[in-house]
Amino acid sequence: MFVRQWPPVASEDSTLISLVEKASEGDRRSVGRLLTLVERGGDSAEQVAEATHTLSGKSHVIGITGAPGAGKSTLTACLARDLAVSEYKPAVLAVDPSSPLTGGAILGDRVRMEEASEAGAFIRSMATRGHAGGLALAVPGMVRVFDAFGFNPIIIETVGVGQVEVDVASAADTVVVVVTSGWGDAVQANKAGLLEIADLFVVNKADRPGASDARRDLELMIDLSQLTGQAVRRPEIVITTATEGEGLDEFKKAIFEHKELLFEGEQISIRRSKRWKAEVRSRLDYLLSEVAKESIENLEEEKSSSPGSVARKIAKNLLKKDELR
Amino acid sequence: MNKKENAPIRIVLAKLGLDGHDRGLKVVARMLRDAGMEVVYLGLRQTTEMVVTAVEQEDADAVGISMHNAGHLTLAPRIVKALEDAGLDVPVVVGGIVPESDLEAMAEAGVAGVLGPGSSAEDVATCVREAVATRGE
Repeated sequence: MFVRQWPPVASEDSTLISLVEKASEGDRRSVGRLLTLVERGGDSAEQVAEATHTLSGKSHVIGITGAPGAGKSTLTACLARDLAVSEYKPAVLAVDPSSPLTGGAILGDRVRMEEASEAGAFIRSMATRGHAGGLALAVPGMVRVFDAFGFNPIIIETVGVGQVEVDVASAADTVVVVVTSGWGDAVQANKAGLLEIADLFVVNKADRPGASDARRDLELMIDLSQLTGQAVRRPEIVITTATEGEGLDEFKKAIFEHKELLFEGEQISIRRSKRWKAEVRSRLDYLLSEVAKESIENLEEEKSSSPGSVARKIAKNLLKKDELR
Repeated sequence: MNKKENAPIRIVLAKLGLDGHDRGLKVVARMLRDAGMEVVYLGLRQTTEMVVTAVEQEDADAVGISMHNAGHLTLAPRIVKALEDAGLDVPVVVGGIVPESDLEAMAEAGVAGVLGPGSSAEDVATCVREAVATRGE
């Protein structure tokens, strides 16, 4: 795989300060560059995080997830377009998978987001990459960049496959799970995972048969489940045909209702402090695994020791180190 | 963590105007993906403004334009200039049907590379990499 060295100038403070300054004056190219710095991780990402942290915390973050082909991009595009046309300044972070073999990716979300882009929404495509620390580190940082420079709301769109992708979307203020008509039966609806994190369900492609069945199955599933820790109320179910524009007003209304409910009470601070802790955790995981990586690389196989005992020994040694690079 | 981070090349791919032959572009997208690049695919009926917006927001390293209806002498210089005017130092690679007699004019217009029919995946990836490597010179 071909890789390009990032020009070292980016880590110079002066460059960063001028980027932040320009971004606060509304320069979108600087925002784009700051997003790149965060996405690439490392020192520059840390510096951007420090610079944007205190500026952020004002925006409503919406996560949209669901199976491939369920209509997430189309729904996201419609939402972003309508918001951009009214008084909002929305940003979209659209995550698509990288090829595990070559590291490359085809990021196709802009195809559906043309109108949203023309209406003024900031759209950024992102590949899952195997990059340092992964998605769980990069996405919150990128959302913070958008937040710091006045984008509101911020929509994260991810494919609902893979735990990290689901985690990333569920680290939003309002989590939307998109399913399609005829997507399964009551048993599917009761399978755990994606469905438990939803604040709002969308049954899309309602022009196909099975929309009311899907709705009934979801209702039943919700009836039987306790409200999870994250939910502020019974998740609403909205039926849409996104390509025809049907049900989109209800979709927007449901999102705004959820937002109001969140911001009315303490829910928002509870949810955000949970998110804050989760981010500290993934950063800690990353730092620790980086240190551990070295110890493992230099390891020689001891046939007589079990892997578990060697791991414990390494952990003991690491804990004595008082310095994390 | 004082190491420099390596990152894949990000390239915006588009067709301008009413030229509807996008099969070549789709194949090129796949070739570049397989060469380890991140392809921001815009597809058909793009305007120069849309491409510039995408390059800004995506912080792209290169632009690939596919042309099959003889518009290259008009559209390629226009996109190079639009990017320049926006202050974006991003090379433009053109793929499609470009007669050999136009190659000089394309180079003069600031097009970083031209890929004709029959270019291999290797040719395509190399052309983009070389174009990106000239950035900032």
